Amino acid sequence: MQLIWEGLKQALALIFSGDPQIMGITLLSLQISLSGTLISLFLGVPVGVWLALYSFPGRRALVSLVNAGMGLPPVVVGLIVSIFLWRSGPFGLLHIIYTPTAMIIAQAVIASPVVAGLTIAAIQQIDPKFRLQVLGLGASSVQSMLQLLREARLPLLAAVMAGFGAVISEVGAATMVGGNILGQTRVLTTAMVLETSKGDFAAAMALGVILLILVYAVNVALTLIQQRRKPQ
Amino acid sequence: MFTKRFSILPILFLLVTILAMTLAGCGSSATPTATETATAAATTPAATETATPTETATSAPTETATATAAPTETATATETATASATAAASATAAQAPARTGSKDVILATTTSLQDSGLLDVLQPDFEAKTGYTLKPVAVGTGQALQLGAQGDADVLFVHAPSQEEAFMSNGDGVDRRLVAHNYFILVGPASDPAGVKNTKSAVDAFKAISDTQSIFVSRGDKSGTNTKELSIWKKAGMESPSGAWYQQTGQGMGATLKVASEKGGYTLTDKATYLANKANLDSVILLENDPDFLNVYSVIIVNPNKNADINNAGAVAWADYLTGPDAQKLIADYGKDKYGEPLFFADAGKSYDEIK
Repeated sequence: MQLIWEGLKQALALIFSGDPQIMGITLLSLQISLSGTLISLFLGVPVGVWLALYSFPGRRALVSLVNAGMGLPPVVVGLIVSIFLWRSGPFGLLHIIYTPTAMIIAQAVIASPVVAGLTIAAIQQIDPKFRLQVLGLGASSVQSMLQLLREARLPLLAAVMAGFGAVISEVGAATMVGGNILGQTRVLTTAMVLETSKGDFAAAMALGVILLILVYAVNVALTLIQQRRKPQ
Repeated sequence: MFTKRFSILPILFLLVTILAMTLAGCGSSATPTATETATAAATTPAATETATPTETATSAPTETATATAAPTETATATETATASATAAASATAAQAPARTGSKDVILATTTSLQDSGLLDVLQPDFEAKTGYTLKPVAVGTGQALQLGAQGDADVLFVHAPSQEEAFMSNGDGVDRRLVAHNYFILVGPASDPAGVKNTKSAVDAFKAISDTQSIFVSRGDKSGTNTKELSIWKKAGMESPSGAWYQQTGQGMGATLKVASEKGGYTLTDKATYLANKANLDSVILLENDPDFLNVYSVIIVNPNKNADINNAGAVAWADYLTGPDAQKLIADYGKDKYGEPLFFADAGKSYDEIK
C-alpha cells in the first residue's frame, strides 16, 4: 500500500516539476497512440460501414473475422510487424523498425479491428428505413453514408475511445517493434515495465498514474464531444 | 438506386487517404530522430522539412474528431490530411539520401546492462564523442545473437561466451573483443534450506539445491545468465534440471529476482541487478566469487555482409569506444559511488585466458 502512496506522491512531483524526460515520454505516448488511433479510424470506419451495409458472399465470415480481430493479441501483432520491418524482412529497406513509426503501424493494426467491429454495430443499430428515406430525399450514396455516420456518431466516438484505450495501454507490441529506446521509442507503458524490472516500483507507479491521467483526459475530451447535446 | 460499384468509391477514396496518412505518420514520427541526429549536417534539411508535417499531423486528430461529429466537415478535413501527407511524402523523399550514410547504430544488448544503468552512462558519452545515435535494444543474449545473425543489429554487447563462440565460428560476426567482466552471485532466502552457505563451490551449491529439492528460480530465456546457470547444472551432472522445485520465469533478471524472493527460492543473478533491486528483496547473497561465476561481457561487430544496410562504420565506432580509455574508465568506476564497490571490471586489451 505504501508503494501506491509513494507512487502518487512521486507522480505529482514529476508532473509539477515538468521533468523533461517524463514530459517527452508522455508526449511521445500521446502522439503515437493518437496517430495509431487516427489511422485505425481511416481503416476501420470504411470497412465497418461496408460490412454493415452491403451483403455479398462471405460477408458473415468477414464480420466474424473482424470481431475476432477485436481480441487480436498485441504480442502477435508485435512479432509479425517486427518480422516485416526487420532489415531481414520484406520492408527492411524502409528502416522504420525501432522508430515511433513502427509503433504507430503496430498500434493501427491492433486498433483497426476494434474500430471496424464497433462501427458495424453502430451502423447496424440504425433503422434501415433511415437510409432509404435519405436516399428517397435525393441524397447521393456518399451523402447518405455521411448521414448514416452522423446518425451513428455517438457509438462511433465510443469506438474511437475503445481503440485509443487499446493502444495507449498496450505494452507487448510497443516493446517489440519500438525497442524501448530512451528518447526515441520509450513510452509510458514500456518505461513502466523497465522501472519495475529495475526494482524502482515508486517510479513505475508514478508513470502509471500519469498514464491513467492521460487516458482519462483524452476520454473526457471525447466524451465532451459525444455528449454535447444534453439528453432530453 | 445504390449499385455496388458506385458505393465502393467513397471507401476507396478513404483508403487512399489512409495510405497518405500513414506516410504523414512516418514524416512526423521521424522528427524526434531527425532532431537528435541534427548534429550530422546532412540530416538538417530533412529535419526542417519534416517540421511542417508534424504540425499538421498533430492538429489532424482534433480535426477528425470534429469531422466524425459533424460529417459536413469531413471533406475539408480529408483535404488537409491529403495535403499534409503529400508534404510528408516529399519530406520523406528528401530524407532518403541522408539515411544511406546512417548515423543510427542498432545495438542489441542484454537487459543486465540496461537494468544496472551502465548503458545510460555510456550512451550519451559515445554519442557526444562520435556523432552517432545509438539505438540500444535490450533483450536477452540469445535474442541479441539471433538479431545479429539475421543482420538486424549492427553490433552486440553480450555475455554468453559459449553462444558467442558459436556465433563467431558461424561467420555471423567479424570481430569480438573483451570489454569487461564481473561475477554472478547465488542469492536465496536467509534461512538457506539447502545449506549452500556451507558448500565450497558453485557446483556443490547447485547439487545441494537439487538434492534438497529446494526451489530454484531460473530465467529460462536463453539469456547470458540462463546460459551460465545451465552450464553450472551441467557441471553438477544435470543436463536439464526438472521437477516442481525448478521453476522458469522466462522474464528478465529484475522480475526473476522478485519471483525468487517471493517464493523463497534460490536464483543465479548478476550482482549489478541484485544490488539495484536489493531494497525490494528478501533474498541474501549466499555464494559469490566462485570461478564458475565469471561473467564476461564482449562486444561483437556483426558481419556486414549479413545485410546491405548494416552500419559497419558505426559498429566499429562503438566497439572502439567501448574498448577505449574513456569508456573503460566509466565502466571501472560505475557503481562505486552508489554501492561502495565497482560493478564491473574493465578488461579491454586483455585476452580471454587472462581473466579466467
